[in-house]
Amino acid sequence: MKKEEFLQGIRHGIPICLGYFSVSFAFGMMAVIQGLPLWAAVLISLTNLTSAGQFAGLNLILSGGSAVELMMTTFIINIRYFLMSLSISQKVEEKMTMKQRLAVSFGITDEIFAVGMQYPKALNACYMAGLICTPVLGWTLGTLCGGAITSLMPQSLTNALGIALYGMFIAIIIPPARKSKAVLFTVALAILMSCIFTYVPSFSFLTGGWGIIVITLAVSAIAAWLFPVKEEDKEEESV
Amino acid sequence: MSTGKILGSIAIMAVTTYLIRMLPMAIFRKKIENPFVKSFLNYVPYAVLAAMTFPGILGSTGSTASAAIGCAVAVGLAYFGKSLLTVALGASAAVFIVQLIGL
Repeated sequence: MKKEEFLQGIRHGIPICLGYFSVSFAFGMMAVIQGLPLWAAVLISLTNLTSAGQFAGLNLILSGGSAVELMMTTFIINIRYFLMSLSISQKVEEKMTMKQRLAVSFGITDEIFAVGMQYPKALNACYMAGLICTPVLGWTLGTLCGGAITSLMPQSLTNALGIALYGMFIAIIIPPARKSKAVLFTVALAILMSCIFTYVPSFSFLTGGWGIIVITLAVSAIAAWLFPVKEEDKEEESV
Repeated sequence: MSTGKILGSIAIMAVTTYLIRMLPMAIFRKKIENPFVKSFLNYVPYAVLAAMTFPGILGSTGSTASAAIGCAVAVGLAYFGKSLLTVALGASAAVFIVQLIGL
């Protein structure tokens, strides 16, 4: 049973692994082209497991940013993981040990969170271990290959794979939005706010990590207020 | 750039990122019973993924046109309930073809 759940996690991690490979491939290429040693690029990927945070961190390291700057930037860009981790903490088995919690939390990324929240049962450590290990492998190997090969891959292929992870997000949000008015409302409002924050200049101070946080907090709160989830009909429309 | 400085920088990034992910998991070990908080957390995935995808997806490829078409393909496939991998690769294939045609 435990082995089955681990293998199921591995299977569910494969699409994430493929998407990660292409993104971290680009990260590895960028890092090495800009002068970071290959081992450092690989070590960043292995220990951070986050895309936007790493790209921003890379720029700061290369431009000689201070330690405080590096910490603040990493914090702001990655603070959304706090909310994801909070959601995951409510979906894991209550009996999960502290050690397992500390290990699982290392692997909370946008994509692992998204797939984990789709899991029909409470999350256990075996499933999470599987779900985390394939993406970590893809993310680290992608960085290694990208850094080592640097420019052999045709640009058109890197471009095409750049949309893969977004495609996965779309595959996660659209089907429930079709079924539930509350989810459709949440998705539509989040997109609207995100576009406003991106394209209206007076909101430019909210770009990057903060914008996502503000949108997530505001939209989830409004949705929770308008469409409270009842125990029996979780995931169903409530109005 | 010295090896020590690089290692120090990587450590700062890694520790900051890990603490953000670890604290909620370590602190909230009991199920939260408050109905508002439960509903709130139920909507978090949809809000955060929607906000990250749009309009970010439009800049994810070499051109806005190929990204827009890839996005449309992804939405179409997702609407008909295709799997994550199908949607992700379908969108990538669409972008690749559009680039071959030269939009």
